[in-house]
Amino acid sequence: MAEKLLDISNLHAGVEGKEILKGLDLTMNKGEVHVILGPNGSGKSTLMNIIMGHPKYEITSGSLLFEGRDLAELKTFERARAGIFLSFQTPEEIPGITVENMLRTAKKAVSDENIKIFAFQKKLKAMMQELKMKPEYAQRYMNVGFSGGEKKRNEILQLLMLDPKLALLDETDSGLDVDAVQIVSAGVKKFHTAENSCLIITHNTRILEQLAIDKVHVLMDGKIVEEGGAELIDEINKKGFTHLLDTDARGRGNCETCEIACPCPAK
Amino acid sequence: MEKKKTFVEDIERTLYDIKNEDYAVYKTQQGLTEKIIRDISREKHDPEWMLAFRLKALDVYNHTPMPTWGPDLSELNMDEIVTYVKPKGTMTGNWKEVPTEIKETFDRLGIPAAEKTSLAGVGAQYDSEVVYHSIKEDLVKQGVVYTDMESALIEHEDLVKEYFMKLVPPKDHKFVALHGAVWSGGSFVYVPEGVHVDIPLQSYFRLNSPGAGQFEHTLIILEKNSSLHFIEGCSAPKYNVTNLHAGCVELYVKEGARLRYSTIENWSRNMMNLNTKRALVEKDGIIEWVSGSFGSHISMLYPCSILHGEHARCEFTGVTFAARGQHLDTGATVIHAAPYTSSNISTRSISKDGGIVVYRGAVKVTPNAHHVKSSVNCESLMLDDESRSDTLPVMDIMGDEVDIGHEAKIGRISDEAIFYLMSRGISEDEAKAMIVRGFVEPIAKELPLEYAVEMNNLVNIELEGTMG
Repeated sequence: MAEKLLDISNLHAGVEGKEILKGLDLTMNKGEVHVILGPNGSGKSTLMNIIMGHPKYEITSGSLLFEGRDLAELKTFERARAGIFLSFQTPEEIPGITVENMLRTAKKAVSDENIKIFAFQKKLKAMMQELKMKPEYAQRYMNVGFSGGEKKRNEILQLLMLDPKLALLDETDSGLDVDAVQIVSAGVKKFHTAENSCLIITHNTRILEQLAIDKVHVLMDGKIVEEGGAELIDEINKKGFTHLLDTDARGRGNCETCEIACPCPAK
Repeated sequence: MEKKKTFVEDIERTLYDIKNEDYAVYKTQQGLTEKIIRDISREKHDPEWMLAFRLKALDVYNHTPMPTWGPDLSELNMDEIVTYVKPKGTMTGNWKEVPTEIKETFDRLGIPAAEKTSLAGVGAQYDSEVVYHSIKEDLVKQGVVYTDMESALIEHEDLVKEYFMKLVPPKDHKFVALHGAVWSGGSFVYVPEGVHVDIPLQSYFRLNSPGAGQFEHTLIILEKNSSLHFIEGCSAPKYNVTNLHAGCVELYVKEGARLRYSTIENWSRNMMNLNTKRALVEKDGIIEWVSGSFGSHISMLYPCSILHGEHARCEFTGVTFAARGQHLDTGATVIHAAPYTSSNISTRSISKDGGIVVYRGAVKVTPNAHHVKSSVNCESLMLDDESRSDTLPVMDIMGDEVDIGHEAKIGRISDEAIFYLMSRGISEDEAKAMIVRGFVEPIAKELPLEYAVEMNNLVNIELEGTMG
């Protein structure tokens, strides 16, 4: 039987009193690759931030379990140590801390073992080469002066070095040219094993081409409105999101907040 | 539940706070009168011209108002400051001859140990007089002079007469006038043409006597195409009365010469640090300032570089750290007085527990100076809501074809950056400490090694475990 990795049930959550996730259900098993599609503002990034434990967001009800543990009990760094990794849509710039230094500190924190410096540097160098990052970037300050594409590659570098159980990829492919998407996509493919899982948000299906997708979820207005296999991606590419809504909703016209014909009760 | 908090430590002060008994053999009365100036001059066996200079400076002092534009100096009562304190013993080149209690102080501060390992020469001043000076023999053979100002006044009187307070004249402001009247101690360095002093020289200034002032004068002359790294360290134990430091530093960097002047100022928190430093840089010369301001109650310190010859250059790197009860008003001034001169100013300040830091700086370009380049970058980090930070840059540009850049950032530790590091498994405390360390890193790497270590220790993590 498949081992449950992430189990989200009837999750309500938001920011500063505004509800964004409105009863979201999602489960994924160990080793799977899931994709979340949805229009802008539907709550995709909020979901990622909530799984990672961003202090700005608040869970109001429902449950969020990772390997059976209640994530609400864990602080962000404890979630990371439990095996969750978030690839940021806009990675932070941190002056004065080099990529290598940061990664070594992080690796030590998540693996609880002593890092052998030469082995670590060797691995870092190899990974950077695979991601076509110049070796001198190891000594540069974290994301400072990096182009958009370099920042995203740096996220994948961290993913590969820290080797978590679950990678949350929040539009890791956005703003990248074709070649960069290829590199990032190959990095994600390398990460994905029978033990390692991915939850991917994307608007660009090219990043998915090399991956075997187990499940696709469509998120609209804070709820999963449709689930299916990889074929759902093609369907949405052709027809857009609106056709997934029930006829009632379509009849009501576009929602002011969501700018689509969503089933939003606020309407 | 375990309660944890991140804590950026104050500078560890225990070492500096050890007071010695006041064994001074001679002290002037408190306050400032012509009689006191004459007494100091007699005690120091000044030549006649120096006494005349002192008296003239006293006159300027009496006719100059207190500055009103910076921090509040009303706590300073000159009638209560003892301007001259002569320690036991006489200046010596032999460490063994330094009086025991003074020797112990400098031993604790690691001065003689540093001399053995990483310095080419050492000077140590205790209260108003230099008690020890030494320099490596091979430098003496090359004509390098490194001695206390009093000895320089006797042995190199012509040089002192030519340069002393010519760059910083007493009429500049009230506290240089005071300095001119009561100066005592300090270091004199002369590097002949073409000589490179590869290992740093370090002078350490220690003020032990309560309610006293320290007015050391540092005069450095670098002849053409020579180079030097000079390190200045300052500290004092804490007393309940106000102490005053009004030193003066004059640096002459001749054609093609290069001077690095590093200062770590760690005065106690009852100190008014009203210090004046200025460099005159000739054609192709380079002045590099590295300035760490960690101590004192109030500081007003704006090292000035006058770029007087074409292609002269100034690099200024400064870090200021203010905790409770500290108001540190620091910055840099650069005067571009010749074409093709360039300057680069980079500072970081941290304030916590209600400390106040102000960056106050000026870049001036005279009408004859063209093709000037200047870049100013000041960043401040406030660690809590009580603390304050301000940036007051002045740009006065009279020349043409000038490329000036200014960037100032004042901020708090970013929650998003903390979240980012935490999402990589790094604890909240460590994330904050990393961000603070990263903030000062570009400056820390410029500091002399032993000071860089101290600076890194500054950002420590304290874990407080409580039950319940």
